[in-house]
Amino acid sequence: MTLLSVENLSVELGHRPVLHRLGFAVQPGEFIGLIGPNGAGKSTLLRSVLNLLPAQGQVRLCGTDAAAMNARQRAACVAYLAQEREIAWAVPVEMVVALGRSPHRPGFAALTDKDRAIVDAAMRRMDVEAFRHRIATELSGGEKARVLAARALAQDTPLLLADEPTAGLDPAHQIALMRLFDSLAADGRSVVASLHDLGLAARWCSRLILLDRGRIVADGPPASVLTPQSLRAIYGVEAWFGEADGAPIVHPLDLATPES
Amino acid sequence: MSADRHYPLLLALLAAATVALFLLSLTVGPAGIAFLESMKALVSDKADGVALIMREIRLPRAILGGMIGATLGLSGAVLQGYLRNPLAEPGLLGISASASLGAVLAIYTGLSAAFALALPLAALTGAVAAVLVVQALAGQRGGALIVILAGIAVTSFAGAMTSLALNLSPNPFAALEIMFWMLGSLTDRSMVHVWLSAPFMLVGWLMLASLGRALDALTLGSETAASMGIELRKVQFLAVFGTAASVGAATAVAGAIGFVGLVVPHILRPLVGARPSRLLPASALGGACVVLTADILVRIIAPERDLKLGVLTAIVGAPFFLWLVFRTRRSLL
Repeated sequence: MTLLSVENLSVELGHRPVLHRLGFAVQPGEFIGLIGPNGAGKSTLLRSVLNLLPAQGQVRLCGTDAAAMNARQRAACVAYLAQEREIAWAVPVEMVVALGRSPHRPGFAALTDKDRAIVDAAMRRMDVEAFRHRIATELSGGEKARVLAARALAQDTPLLLADEPTAGLDPAHQIALMRLFDSLAADGRSVVASLHDLGLAARWCSRLILLDRGRIVADGPPASVLTPQSLRAIYGVEAWFGEADGAPIVHPLDLATPES
Repeated sequence: MSADRHYPLLLALLAAATVALFLLSLTVGPAGIAFLESMKALVSDKADGVALIMREIRLPRAILGGMIGATLGLSGAVLQGYLRNPLAEPGLLGISASASLGAVLAIYTGLSAAFALALPLAALTGAVAAVLVVQALAGQRGGALIVILAGIAVTSFAGAMTSLALNLSPNPFAALEIMFWMLGSLTDRSMVHVWLSAPFMLVGWLMLASLGRALDALTLGSETAASMGIELRKVQFLAVFGTAASVGAATAVAGAIGFVGLVVPHILRPLVGARPSRLLPASALGGACVVLTADILVRIIAPERDLKLGVLTAIVGAPFFLWLVFRTRRSLL
């Protein structure tokens, strides 16, 4: 089953076109990196898929027309890791992660043993078990990011949309998160993550979608999307391309000169 | 977690305190009736003077004190959770100010003198008008910021109209009556006031109390909450209309009683582990305790002077709030 399919998706924010007739599909087992310069429309794309913005076009989630789904049905198919790491109240880490179970619980029901097991597993995977009783608002930025990622994992959905999930993480936790997304894909789930780190995108994603000014300009395996030409034309940078352990390495070196 | 274990205990303590204060409120008054005698009079079927005082004067006053306090505490907790802003309070949506305006107009036009229920009914009409304006402005995808701004606009306009009514008031007595009503009081309220306001408050409570889980999810921001299955439009509707029904009815019978809805959720938040859903019942009980206590105090401190309830809550509430700000300054910075 196609987890997400987008056809002719257009979004205007305040009469300014932000996305223009996008189309792509996400199959189970994909880890897709959504890349593109600032303002290309990455966050807008993720948010419009979640019906957080008014959009034209067709979005299907888990085989159902997204426009016909209510918030709870959507929440059973797709989890969202927002770019803003907002935690309004001084609540314990454990409660934040457990919020991920709320779409699965009827009415005022308490957490079941299964819920608790999923919450524990999510905390273990994001390496936040050690501070499960600490107050979430008192954590560092990177720790908060991991707690919120664990929250999204606890929602236990076939599809995960993550908006710049690696921002503010140390290298070890960036790689751990990429590995985690890779293992979710291996389990038959799919992840769509917007990324600015082209090195991580090249090395870990199974597929990249390159956005520029609201349009998809390239869609395919990392090696075919990240080329010297595309980086120069879209990002305006020169990069070093290499390979290690059978995976590509892309490292931006300098600004491209306009003539080249 | 300690908050998990302490939560049932906290609720039990607050409930016990509410019951104790309710009974105390029944026994305090100028008539000086002994405790046992007053309780007996309340349940007996005799129709003597003591029974009359208990049933017609003290019982409605105690019931209204508890219900209005619970309304202010609950709606304050809901609005702080919904707007994710610790400064939110029931007056923020413009409902208190508009209900006051309705009441003021009833006094100004002499309608309140013509028949007794004109004042609370006019106040309720004011509350309904305010909520319709706020909801229309906030619209379908409005969001918290628009709700706040619309509330401020409605509050300012209602305040201006109230000032105009005072400005143009036909005689100093009407102006004085308006001023006194606006200070907020539970003196001389009857069972009719209870029957008039209780249904609105109960409906409002049900709407507000249903928001517990949505408010928990909103801790992570509105978009994340929406992605977790929360219908934001429904939450906005329930928060706005639940506040309008309960706070509108409370203001209609007692006037504007400040600071309870702001301070009570603040005091109790750390005690419930900051969890918005747990704050709701705790804050409702806490609000009832505070208003019952204040209403007992106005009768004890100055039995002859008719000290107004709203004046006392503000006098005690404002410095207390200052102390809270001082205490939390470090964590806010």
